[in-house]
Amino acid sequence: MNEITLSLNDETAHLPADTTLADALQAWHYADRRVAVAINGEFVPRSAYAERVLDDRDRIDVVAPVGGG
Amino acid sequence: MDALHDDTLTLYGETFSSRFLLGTALYTSPAVMEASIQAAGCDMVTLGLRRQNPAEGDGDAFWQILRDSGCRLLPNTAGCRSAREAITLAQMSREMFDTPWIKVEVIGDDYNLQPDPFGLLEACRTLIDDGFKVLPYCTDDLVLCQRLREAGCQALMPWGAPIGTGRGLMNRYALETLRERLDVPLIIDAGLGAPSQAAEAMEMGFDGVLLNTAVAKAHRPPLMAEAFAEAITAGRKAHLAGLMQQRQTASPSTPTLGQPFWHSGG
Repeated sequence: MNEITLSLNDETAHLPADTTLADALQAWHYADRRVAVAINGEFVPRSAYAERVLDDRDRIDVVAPVGGG
Repeated sequence: MDALHDDTLTLYGETFSSRFLLGTALYTSPAVMEASIQAAGCDMVTLGLRRQNPAEGDGDAFWQILRDSGCRLLPNTAGCRSAREAITLAQMSREMFDTPWIKVEVIGDDYNLQPDPFGLLEACRTLIDDGFKVLPYCTDDLVLCQRLREAGCQALMPWGAPIGTGRGLMNRYALETLRERLDVPLIIDAGLGAPSQAAEAMEMGFDGVLLNTAVAKAHRPPLMAEAFAEAITAGRKAHLAGLMQQRQTASPSTPTLGQPFWHSGG
């Protein structure tokens, strides 16, 4: 099985090729969390998670609310 | 308070009863933050988005408190260093918080966290075109503020001093100029350390104050939040009442007519 190498919040992660973003978030235990996602610096809306297939070297940012000024 | 009963702040057509916007960072606990928000009586609170690994964070507890506060949420793009980063984070915030409001920050210098005026203007143009209600964190530069206004910003948030410094209104001349020349709501954002500085801004005719560190880092944050709220109200009342003109020489307040012991020709 082919594997792709990804950056998840600036840490290296590996997943099988052809994994969707929805499946990746599930695998990474984000499924029940309140998060927003960008890939390679571009916002990916929730509605696109199931369709978006991850590519090798994709840089994925997963963010959650924090206190801010 | 009757004189201020109808004195509301309007931003992008929405009405706010409080002119105090409070940040939600740096508190010693969520409970202290919650008590501070209540003491401030604010209508809008700022918050941010940061990378989170699933194993960490109490994001849901934080989120629950803010939801229960009834305040409108003003997400920020703090820490972004380019228009592109700020635009992406704004889009993520809109989905996360289900709001078109965004405080746009594009930082140009690490030393004083000074806004990058070029990146800020570019980000604001794009976000306004995309339907956001943009509140730009900007410097007190008149021409930048005019360009932001022309770009469609219906309110601006010039700094009083660099974030977290508590130095107050560093450049009164520039801020007075902004107030005279711009006809949109102006909120002093960042750099305030004492309630007297907030009162000063309000006396000058600014429409509101946004701060975080001065409350969060106080020994008793809720008490400081209350102090700022009272100062903002006092400054606003003074502005509406109209400050007297300063003058060079003394002028007696008690009438001189009928002064005893004065004898002409004595």
